Amino acid sequence: MTLNFSFQRLWAVIIKEFIQMKRDHITLAMIIIIPLMQLLLFGYAINSNPKNLPTALIKGDQSSFTRTLIQSMKNTEYFKFLDQPVTEKEANYLMSIGKIQFAVNIPPGFSRKLIRHEIPDILITTDATDPVAASNAITAVNALSSRLFNRDFQGSLSYLVPDPQAFNLRLHIKYNPELITQYNIVPGLMGVILTMTMIIITALAITREYERGTMESLLATPVRPLEVMLGKVIPYIIVGYIQATLIIAAAYFLFHIPIEGSLMLLFFLALPFIAANLSIGVTFSTIAKNQLQATQMSFFFFLPSILLSGFMFPFYGMPKWAQDIGNILPLTYFLRITRGIILKGTDFIHTWPNVWPIIIFMVFALMLGLKRYRQTLD
Amino acid sequence: MNQTAPLAIDVHGLCKSFGKKEVVHNLALQVRTGEIFGFLGPNGSGKTTTIRMLCGLLKPSAGSGTCLGYDIINESLIIKTHVGYMTQRFSLYEDLSIRENLEFIARVYKLKNRTQRINESLDRLKISKERAHQLAGQLSGGWKQRLALAAAMLHEPQLLLLDEPTAGVDPEARRSFWEEIHNLSTQGITTLVSTHYMDEAERCHRLAYIAFGHLLTTGSIPDVIKDAGLHLWIVKGDDLYTLAEKLRLDPAITHVTAFGQTLHVVGTDAAMLEQAIQPYQNNHYQWKQAPAELEDVFIHLVSTAKNNHG
Repeated sequence: MTLNFSFQRLWAVIIKEFIQMKRDHITLAMIIIIPLMQLLLFGYAINSNPKNLPTALIKGDQSSFTRTLIQSMKNTEYFKFLDQPVTEKEANYLMSIGKIQFAVNIPPGFSRKLIRHEIPDILITTDATDPVAASNAITAVNALSSRLFNRDFQGSLSYLVPDPQAFNLRLHIKYNPELITQYNIVPGLMGVILTMTMIIITALAITREYERGTMESLLATPVRPLEVMLGKVIPYIIVGYIQATLIIAAAYFLFHIPIEGSLMLLFFLALPFIAANLSIGVTFSTIAKNQLQATQMSFFFFLPSILLSGFMFPFYGMPKWAQDIGNILPLTYFLRITRGIILKGTDFIHTWPNVWPIIIFMVFALMLGLKRYRQTLD
Repeated sequence: MNQTAPLAIDVHGLCKSFGKKEVVHNLALQVRTGEIFGFLGPNGSGKTTTIRMLCGLLKPSAGSGTCLGYDIINESLIIKTHVGYMTQRFSLYEDLSIRENLEFIARVYKLKNRTQRINESLDRLKISKERAHQLAGQLSGGWKQRLALAAAMLHEPQLLLLDEPTAGVDPEARRSFWEEIHNLSTQGITTLVSTHYMDEAERCHRLAYIAFGHLLTTGSIPDVIKDAGLHLWIVKGDDLYTLAEKLRLDPAITHVTAFGQTLHVVGTDAAMLEQAIQPYQNNHYQWKQAPAELEDVFIHLVSTAKNNHG
């Protein structure tokens, strides 16, 4: 009778953990402040589709054509021209010290060659030390060229109007047509923040009992390993939900991210993800010898989670081996769930393929933790 | 104590090694039900390790036995429900109040009438309802011990394992602590208590002395003293320090120890001892023969053990 799992003993551990959590003001602050800090940093500071990039103009020619060109480049919002045109030498210097992202060189005689149908060149130099910064701007410029001067090519210049293409290539940018980075980052942050705080908090849970010496009393009682582990996990599920609510509220009110799908579904599916992270945390806790080791192990898990899950970099852009690692991590699947529900309005049936791997991970982590849990002080 | 009372603890051949270091060697203990059993020995002699093996916190490297009739290897979970263990270092939750700690223990042991039992326990501790909300970490050493004992006794165990329960506790608190232990003994509760204090050892029904992981002696106090076969002379006088130096050179004298304003001169052979002290039996010193005391025995045992196992 005393050998079996007991809900009463589980409840004892849960109440104890709650009281201890309530008294631990630093951890409580961490639970609230870490998500807020990450939200503000990632949400406001990171932009993978930057606009208004500083651009120098080398003006070798001046006509209504060049004015049209420059105006339409400005209209893409990607280019922010310096107040004064510069020389080629100055442009090179400015780029080398990182003051400009682009230099637009309109060679002398551009307009003349254009009218003569000599197909003149415009040179746009870009600082590609950061490829991400330039790529969308370059795409925007490419889209300009062919029909740019159609309005200027009227009357006697109408011979310059290019022939219509044999077919049209249409691009449909779905779910986030304006390519707003925050739409990608903020729903993803929910998973990242939960991974980080849930794992660290629980990784400390059992090592703390050892470090404070309370494990000796605890082990002398009839409490069973599963009761201790679940008792330490369950209170933090509530903490996880507080964080999740905080992040979704910020996504909606601060970053105005449209929530296409069901919030209920999202909250429901957050449960296995939170539980999976708590389980891996508790498992680290059973392996680590002290709280420092537990923290280090948490970071060891957190780093691949943030880098290989598709949060920071596109998942399908990674080599096969990196995708394989990513496919083990619960965050990879949860990112797809949150982005799916928030941005695409996915329903349960369509999120299920991303749910069961998280559940398998959780069960596996919990089993490993149970196996590692020491029932003696040996 | 009833000689035929069933054994609360009955273990033999108990060994425990950590890596290559053997901490407890071939230890046998028999503790009768209702007895207060003293467990003595120098620091690092293996007392804590033995107690931990008895309540299932450590797995013995070798040996077997029973605790309350349950096998210490395979039935440690059942043993845990009937044993109250008080650790050497305070190991309740310092960030929980007195009452919260007791409530946690009560829940973990699935006690019925939880509130009532906690209130009774607080009354016995003489802790007021208001004070019960104080955090355990803010208590003084003596109060911590009392709380730890209350927690260890909350589930009304049949056997108490107390690991140096009175270390660092003031004399008054120690006295009331021992009154409580004797009170429990009359109710049939067995206590195994480790201690460094001689006066506490003398309050035990029986005791065991352990050093370097070896059990050196066990039995009632008269038995232990008798088994040691020591002869004691107590000497008073001036400049006992110089006298002690000289006496120590004589092989017939096993040891010379200062006890307050006197010296205890101990030997195993009465005739040879008397011969050895004869040169100093003059009017500078007052010599008196006396029965050996428990502490003489322990000092003798440790010095002998040091030669054999140290």
